[in-house]
Amino acid sequence: MTGVYKAIFNLAIAFFFVLTLEGIGRKITARVQRRIGPPWYQSFIDVFKALSKHPFSNGWIFDFGVLMALGGAIATAAIVPMGSTFWTPFPNTDNFFVIMYLFAVGALGMAMGMVGSGNPWASIGVTRALTQMLGYELPYLIVLASMMFYYKTASIHLLIEKQAGGWNLLVMPIGAIVAFISLLGMLGKKPFDIAIAPAEIASGPMVELSGKYLGLLHIMHVFSIFVEITLFVDVFLGGGNFWWFLLKFLIVWILAVLISSVLPRFRIEQMLKFYWGVPLGLAFLNAFFVLMGWTL
Amino acid sequence: MKERTVWEQIADQLRSRSIWMLHYCTGCGAMELPPTMTARFDMERFGIMPMATPRQADILLITGYLNTKTLRRVIYTYEQMADPKYVIGFGSCTINGGIYYDSYSTINRLDYYIPVDVYIAGCMPRPEAILEAFQYLMEKIRKGEADGWKRYKENYEWYKQNQIRSLGEVYVHDEFHE
Ligand code: SF4
Repeated sequence: MTGVYKAIFNLAIAFFFVLTLEGIGRKITARVQRRIGPPWYQSFIDVFKALSKHPFSNGWIFDFGVLMALGGAIATAAIVPMGSTFWTPFPNTDNFFVIMYLFAVGALGMAMGMVGSGNPWASIGVTRALTQMLGYELPYLIVLASMMFYYKTASIHLLIEKQAGGWNLLVMPIGAIVAFISLLGMLGKKPFDIAIAPAEIASGPMVELSGKYLGLLHIMHVFSIFVEITLFVDVFLGGGNFWWFLLKFLIVWILAVLISSVLPRFRIEQMLKFYWGVPLGLAFLNAFFVLMGWTL
Repeated sequence: MKERTVWEQIADQLRSRSIWMLHYCTGCGAMELPPTMTARFDMERFGIMPMATPRQADILLITGYLNTKTLRRVIYTYEQMADPKYVIGFGSCTINGGIYYDSYSTINRLDYYIPVDVYIAGCMPRPEAILEAFQYLMEKIRKGEADGWKRYKENYEWYKQNQIRSLGEVYVHDEFHE
C-alpha cells in the first residue's frame, strides 16, 4: 500500500516541481537574452488556461492518442525511484527495461494521436521525433548497457545503492557525458528541438492541438521531463536524501536550459550525423573501458 | 450581459495572464512586433507568447491593411481558433482604411467582417502603444468584457452577409489542384 502513496507523491512532485522548473527555465533563458522574463508560475497559468478553453477534436484516434500519451507518461513517472531506495514506489518493477518500455507507450500514443489529426505538418513532426529517438537512444542504451554489465543489475534502485562508493559520473565520466548529450535530445532542448520547430513546421506534432488537448500534452511533457532527468540523476549522480535529489535535478535542468538558451537548431540529418558520430563513438569507448575493467 | 460563474471568473483571470498570439502578419504593422517581443520591450513578461498555429492561439493580430484575398484567409484562420479568442486591430488601416481608404482591393472597416476587441490607433503604432493595447485587452478579459467570440456566434448571419458582400464567396480555392 505504501507503494501507491509513494507513487502518488512521485506524480505530485513531478507536476509541481517540474512546472516550477519550467517557469524558472523560461526566466533563465530570458535573463540570458537580457529580457525580464515571465514570473516563475507562468507555466501553471499556461497549463490551466489551456485546460479552460473549448477545443476541437479530430476524431477518436486523436482523442485516444492524447489519452494514451498522458497515461504512458503518468505510468512511467509513477514508478521511477527518486534518488534512494526509500523513495522507490515499487522496488520490484523499477527495472530499467520496464521504464524504457512504458516510456515508449507515451511516445507512441502521441505519435498515433497526432498522425490521426490528419495534418501533414503533424506527420512530418512525428517522423522527425521518431528519427530523433533513433539518434539519441543508440548511444544512451549502449552506455546504460555497459553500466548494467558493470554492476550486474538493471534495477534502478540497486544501481543507486551501488554508487555509495562513488558516483557513476566519476566512475565512468565518458558515459556520463554521452548520456547528458542524449538527455538534451530527449528533453527536446534547443539544438535538438527539431521535432517541434515552430518556425519550420508550425510546431510539428502539436499543430492541430487546441485548448484542453494542448494542456494535456503539456502535462504529459512535464511527466516525461521528470522521468528523463530522474533517470539521469539516479544512474549517474548517486543517491542521497530527497532534498539532495531535488537539488541535483535542479542543477541538471539549469545546465540543460543554459545550453539550450544560446544554441540554434540542428537540421534533422545534422542531428543524426552528430549523434551517430562522436557520442556513439564515445559510448563504444566507454563500453570498451568497462569490458576491460578500466574504470576509475 | 450575463453574470459569470465563479469558474468563468477564475478562467478569465488565467486567460488574461497567458495570451498566446498567432504568428500571422498581414500588413506593415507586423514590423513593430519583433521589437515588442525581444529584449527591448519583452512582452513575455506579461505571459504573451507567439504560437505557431491558429488552433493553439488565443489572439489574432490583424497587423494592418487587409486586401480581399487576405481577408478570406483571415476569416478561415479566425474560425479555426479555439473558443475564447480575441482580435486586435493594428493601425488606422483596420479602423477606417487608413491611407488605403480608396483602394479597390482592400477593405476599410475590419469589424464588419470579424469582431474586434481592441483597436490600436496609429500608422504604425509604436511598441509602447502595442503593450498598452495588450494591457487594455488583459483588463477587458479580466472583467469579462472581451466577448468578441460570443458576438461572432450570436451575429453570425450578419457577419456572413458582410463577408459575402465584399468577397463574393468566402471559400478559399486550391489554386494548384483544381
Ligand atoms: S495603418 Fe499604416 S502602418 Fe498600418 S498597415 Fe496601414 S498603412 Fe501600414
